[in-house]
Amino acid sequence: MELLAQQLINGLFIGSVYGLFAVGYTLVFGVLDILNLAHPAIFTLGGLVALWLVEGAHFSIWAAFPSAVLFAGLLGLILDRIAFFPIRRRADSNFSGLISSIAMAILFESAAFALFGARTVRFPANTVTNRVWQVAGVTITSLQVEIVLTAILFMVGLTQLLKRTRVGKAIRAVAENDRAARLLGIHVDRIIAFTFFLSSAMGGAAGILFGLYFDALSPDMGRSIEIKGLAVIILGGMGSIPGAILGGLAFGLTEVLTVAITGTSNLRDAVAFTMLFAILIFRPSGFLGRRSMREA
Amino acid sequence: MLEVVDLTVAYGPVEAVRDLSFKVRKGSVVTLIGPNGAGKTTTLNALSGLLPVRDGKILLRGRDITRMGSHRRVSEGIVQVPEGRQVLAGMTVHENLELGGYRRPQAEVGADIARMEERFPILGERRHALAGTLSGGEQQMLAIARGLMALPRLLLLDEPSLGLAPKLVQEIFRIVRELRDNGQTILLVEQNARQALAVSNYAYVMESGKVVLEGPAEDLRSDPAVIRTYLGQPTGRS
Ligand SMILES: Nc1ncnc2c1ncn2[C@@H]1O[C@H](COP(=O)(O)OP(=O)(O)OP(=O)(O)O)[C@@H](O)[C@H]1O
Ligand SMILES: [Mg+2]
Repeated sequence: MELLAQQLINGLFIGSVYGLFAVGYTLVFGVLDILNLAHPAIFTLGGLVALWLVEGAHFSIWAAFPSAVLFAGLLGLILDRIAFFPIRRRADSNFSGLISSIAMAILFESAAFALFGARTVRFPANTVTNRVWQVAGVTITSLQVEIVLTAILFMVGLTQLLKRTRVGKAIRAVAENDRAARLLGIHVDRIIAFTFFLSSAMGGAAGILFGLYFDALSPDMGRSIEIKGLAVIILGGMGSIPGAILGGLAFGLTEVLTVAITGTSNLRDAVAFTMLFAILIFRPSGFLGRRSMREA
Repeated sequence: MLEVVDLTVAYGPVEAVRDLSFKVRKGSVVTLIGPNGAGKTTTLNALSGLLPVRDGKILLRGRDITRMGSHRRVSEGIVQVPEGRQVLAGMTVHENLELGGYRRPQAEVGADIARMEERFPILGERRHALAGTLSGGEQQMLAIARGLMALPRLLLLDEPSLGLAPKLVQEIFRIVRELRDNGQTILLVEQNARQALAVSNYAYVMESGKVVLEGPAEDLRSDPAVIRTYLGQPTGRS
């Protein structure tokens, strides 16, 4: 019983990181109807840049985290400018955008390899002071709590931004109908650039939290989350922010429960994807469908 | 207010509007009428900056805005209420109105929404409803109110009465008349030529991307060619 409770808690922590990654992923899809396949590479670079800031530039993690998040956001601006902006007015921009985002993913990954090498690296041992608590037989660390709170902060922040602010409403307007948005005087290209900034900042943040949680970073860490992130946003309904959050949590929980039930981690991915497969068959629009983002 | 000189707009190799020239004077209502595919919507979209201009000039208050971005044209006062309303269906009525005032100081927008809700009570009643759940007539009111939120110098209305029941068509034209009486400059595109001419000062008849006839609205109403083509044959006359 305690083991189960422990697994549920662990699932919640990792699920919040999946959710954060997926929210950024789905945001761009909701606005542009384009799958940004460079999102996992930005996740990786976010984590690696934070590590470099801590190790190489001797930043504290509290300074390194926001700096690396900002850096990831700027990468998003570059990504939009190079991979998406030039082809935006083309009729086949969904497909060609997919291709050019793959190209950017390869570019970002190569940059990560060149700058950080192919090995797995970790944050120095004293990066975070990690207190350990025992609550009713369940072990929780302060790092876990900080991770889940940070992820929640970002996700709630984004939801409120979309719901309440002028720029958030403009993002939703562009997501729904970019011609109408232009007639309202919305500078659509700028709003899309800002969307990439937000999306990538969140992807980068997820990369840092992921690296801290698993105590391991590598230039190909984006691979492991790429398919999961895709699964999560399909699960939650493409383009739906709340769906991505719930999908991330559900995915994290499924993963750890599978490990708990089968006693081995071999089947973890298999079961999660079986679930995804079932959802695609029985409820292809996901839990919440894709209108949810516009209604935020 | 607006002067269009030898405007050519094309979709790829197809020129939908060719060497089109017309004027809209401040405080007047000008109508573009013409059959389906004449290039009326294309013209309005070129004025709004949604379509690039291949050749010719668009002058607003004497200033060349031919290559100006669509968002800046809204600041300059060219505001379009598009064909098919295009309300943001997944956003609330209130949010649609807010976005109408997107380029204005946000402090003013709140007060103006209240005024708009007074003028169109249904929009106040349905404030928190998603725009997509409104009826066609209500959506058209919302689209017009949203356009007015931008404080247009020149309001472009593209077929505002399209697809509405006769009673609602009357209502829309009543609104247009009211706007005109308040001095709003309007460029109106309508298939309902009879009503459009009745509220207009001046009219242009377009065919295949060109002006084929123009004149004061009253003159066109009694022009035999216009009557034959656009106003239908009055019964009981040969
Ligand atoms: N997106 C487009 N791509 C290619 N051709 C187009 C496009 N939109 C319109 N056209 C063509 O341009 C011409 C003018 O169309 P436009 O929509 O401006 O006509 P309209 O006068 O508004 O007609 P309606 O009364 O049907 O609204 C038509 O021949 C139409 O087929
Ligand atoms: Mg038209």
